[in-house]
Amino acid sequence: MKGGTLLDHELVPKHEVLTEEEEKAVLRKYKVSKRQLPKIKYSDPIAREIGAEVGQIIKITRDSKTAGKSIAYRVVIDQ
Amino acid sequence: MLHKGGLIGVIAHPKRIKSIKFGLLSPKEIRKMSVTKIITPDTYDDDGFPIEMGLMDQRLGVIDPGLRCKTCGGRPGECPGHFGHIELVAPVIHVGYARLIRKILRSICRSCKRILLEEKERDGFIAQIKECQRNEQPIDNILKEVFRRAMSVTVCPHCGEEQLKIEFEPPTTYEEDGHKLMPADIRARFEQIPDEDLPAMGMDPKHVRPEWMILTVLPVPPVTARPSITLESGQRSEDDLTHKLVDIIRINQRFQENRDAGAPQLIIEDLWELLQYHVTTYIDNEVSGIPPARHRSGRPLKTLSQRLKGKEGRFRGSLSGKRVNFSARTVISPDPNLSINEVGVPQKIAEEMTITVRVTERNIESMRKLLKRGRKYPCANYVRRLDGRRVKVTPTNYEELAEQIQVGWEVERQLRDGDIVLFNRQPSLHRMSIMAHRVKVMPGKTFRLNPAVCPPYNADFDGDEMNLHVLQNEEARAEAKILMEVQENIISPRFGGPVIGGIHDHISGLYLLTRGETRFDENEALELLRRSRVTDLIEPSYDEAGRPYWSGKDIFSMILPPDFNLTFQAEICQGCETCLKERCEHDAYVVIRNGRLITGTIDERAIGAFKGKILDRITKEYGPERARKFIDDATSLAIRAITRLGFSFGIDDEDIPPDAQRQIEASIRVAEERVAQLVEAYENDELEPLPGRSIEETLELRIMQELGKVRDAAGEIAGRYLGMDNTAVVMAVSGARGSMMNLTQMAGCVGQQSVRGARITRGYEGRTLPHFRKGDLGAAAHGFVKSSYKKGLSPTEFFFHAIGGREGLVDTAVRTSQSGYFQRRLINALQDLEVKYDGTVRETRGVIVQFEYGEDGVDPSRGDYGKSVNVDRIIELVTAEGE
Ligand SMILES: [Mg+2]
Ligand SMILES: [Zn+2]
Ligand SMILES: [Zn+2]
Ligand SMILES: [Zn+2]
Repeated sequence: MKGGTLLDHELVPKHEVLTEEEEKAVLRKYKVSKRQLPKIKYSDPIAREIGAEVGQIIKITRDSKTAGKSIAYRVVIDQ
Repeated sequence: MLHKGGLIGVIAHPKRIKSIKFGLLSPKEIRKMSVTKIITPDTYDDDGFPIEMGLMDQRLGVIDPGLRCKTCGGRPGECPGHFGHIELVAPVIHVGYARLIRKILRSICRSCKRILLEEKERDGFIAQIKECQRNEQPIDNILKEVFRRAMSVTVCPHCGEEQLKIEFEPPTTYEEDGHKLMPADIRARFEQIPDEDLPAMGMDPKHVRPEWMILTVLPVPPVTARPSITLESGQRSEDDLTHKLVDIIRINQRFQENRDAGAPQLIIEDLWELLQYHVTTYIDNEVSGIPPARHRSGRPLKTLSQRLKGKEGRFRGSLSGKRVNFSARTVISPDPNLSINEVGVPQKIAEEMTITVRVTERNIESMRKLLKRGRKYPCANYVRRLDGRRVKVTPTNYEELAEQIQVGWEVERQLRDGDIVLFNRQPSLHRMSIMAHRVKVMPGKTFRLNPAVCPPYNADFDGDEMNLHVLQNEEARAEAKILMEVQENIISPRFGGPVIGGIHDHISGLYLLTRGETRFDENEALELLRRSRVTDLIEPSYDEAGRPYWSGKDIFSMILPPDFNLTFQAEICQGCETCLKERCEHDAYVVIRNGRLITGTIDERAIGAFKGKILDRITKEYGPERARKFIDDATSLAIRAITRLGFSFGIDDEDIPPDAQRQIEASIRVAEERVAQLVEAYENDELEPLPGRSIEETLELRIMQELGKVRDAAGEIAGRYLGMDNTAVVMAVSGARGSMMNLTQMAGCVGQQSVRGARITRGYEGRTLPHFRKGDLGAAAHGFVKSSYKKGLSPTEFFFHAIGGREGLVDTAVRTSQSGYFQRRLINALQDLEVKYDGTVRETRGVIVQFEYGEDGVDPSRGDYGKSVNVDRIIELVTAEGE
């Protein structure tokens, strides 16, 4: 597959790295610290693809059977 | 860690647990927590007194009444017991760590005892482990990698020593290059592993040293953990653990004597192995590779592991599973006259079960009245006076108690009508397996329930038993009333539709009542609605003679809410190509306008559990209380209707005329000929293979097809002669019980028997049974049953039928055990998850599992078939209003 990215695959949902302001908003919204968020490995292909750094939060927008769209957040961990 | 007298201190001053550290007990710690060394295998002297430094030493705690603990001075029950220890003459392997010991042996250098990894690599792994531990993540995978890397090294990177192959012979034998490694050798090696290498193997040197996996000192559990029991004969019977400890001490002594006497190496090794055996079986008596230690009677001993493992073990048996008070269990039986939220309780049980009521100024008079009843139901069983004394109410003291009663007393009163209780049937697979019911005290010895609540409990009355729990405080009762009452659980959270509703005769009854234009006069109408709190009959119709009458549909309409509107297709709908709607010739198009059933027949689709549309709409639009009333009314109306109209089923209901019989036989004969033709074509190599199939597969498929067709044809012929007045047909089409398939098999032809979806081929060489020729591919030789159940099966047919039936039984047996295990694992994994007020799902640390419950935040038991709103229904209601 030339020129394509992981994100082009229909089974891979949208992944975006949050800006610092967005991070703060998410943490405030859910009243959580970063360690209370679900995790994703730094070495995860999708994390490499979008260039996420350890400690950043990734926003994942998935298609949902029940809600149409659903949003989840994962914090990048080093491993 | 518990030290001398540690437990006592904890009991006196409760402390908050901040963290728990898991580690190994070092010999030093074992000695430190021990109150005495145990040296003699004897337990009691001739006077029945515990021997000092024996296994029942009084410093280990006391179990005999009258004695006091020599360590803490406590009496039995007060003294928690204290550990002792045995000094082993020679070190032995701890079986629980045998595999880890093997891994460590293979991962360290036999010469310099360092881990077989370059320092850089080792430190890399240690850093990874630290990071994981900081993130509270499992380190299993990293450790696996560490050992995998270290074990593959053949030359020590530190000293250049060549490593020899280490063989492990379970459970506890290790060999290096053919030479046996004694536990002492292994221990010596482990002692020399430097502290810096241990974190790479997942060990914190402060709490775990690998040499501690090889035991030199054995802790002796307190006597309170292995109490002896006195038999009627006055003889003492010791606990299995004590027996095992006796064995260990005996061998230990013999070992010591032999070694001191300078016995030959061979004998020493034998004794060493024996000591190892006893210590191994003391820890785990179900290790593969060695025979379990047995009691004199031949029963295997229940040692440490056996106390913890399995269903009856400490975890599943004693900690996760608990026996509770205020509960009752008995057989269940049906009572259609009860409301769905009631439960019939035998008076015998109601007399035993109590609710504790605190006496206040408001209830003191009623409590006094209760006490004055003496021992006559309903009365009080016990009272607790102000001084805390609990007094039994007896025929001699009740009058006195009634006089003395004052505010602040507690009265344990017997269960009465209207009390709220929890009712449960195992296996409790979903939340509707435990629901709250109102008590109805009854004669008899069984719990009674309305058959409409059978589906959520998955109960029937072939001997099923159920449990009942009496709630003991106001909060519990309020919670049960709001969340757990039967009517609150009509809509299942699994699919958002009703799980409680009509079954069997409820469906047949309403089907018969609402089908066609049966007419009832006033008396009959009132009689049918007798139990269904209907106050006024609706306007009647008038027949030719001018007499008023009500149709079955009119009568059913009277239990519906007056402003109820609904349209749907009944279960009996044949799925005609173009639906004639209101003018459906099967009367399968149900139309309800303003609470009147205009057209259509009531069947499973209307009021059945799982499928009932009317039930569903009433629950969602009129609320649980109205739904409860509707189910109560509908079920009692159905029972009255079916009783009045009459409904029976017997073997001759499957009788079909000889003509039909002949037709069926003819079509079976034709099918058999077709099969013979197929076989012939196959043998002559004339058969065209289906795409992607071999010729053999093609033949099988074609034969199966042919025989499947003929069974359906037989059913069709039989069905033609069993009209809609046949009760079996009524039950099948209305969805009350059974299917047309069952009828086909009873009256027409049972059909092909199969194992794993294919015709039966197993049995003798080249044939299924000696009754057939080798290589016979015909229908009869491979499990086609042409008889009907009514006619009876031939011996070979019967045998094939048993083969097919067995597969089903094995399937269910396997499936239930597998799904049971899966359910247990799911529950264990999910039990602490909680939907928080912000709609997120979190576990106990507050870590988010789902950012919005179910991604859409909808509680399916409060929505409509999984959606929060049913748009179609709203449009239907709005347009109906406009009409
Ligand atoms: Mg049963
Ligand atoms: Zn004590
Ligand atoms: Zn070395
Ligand atoms: Zn129709």
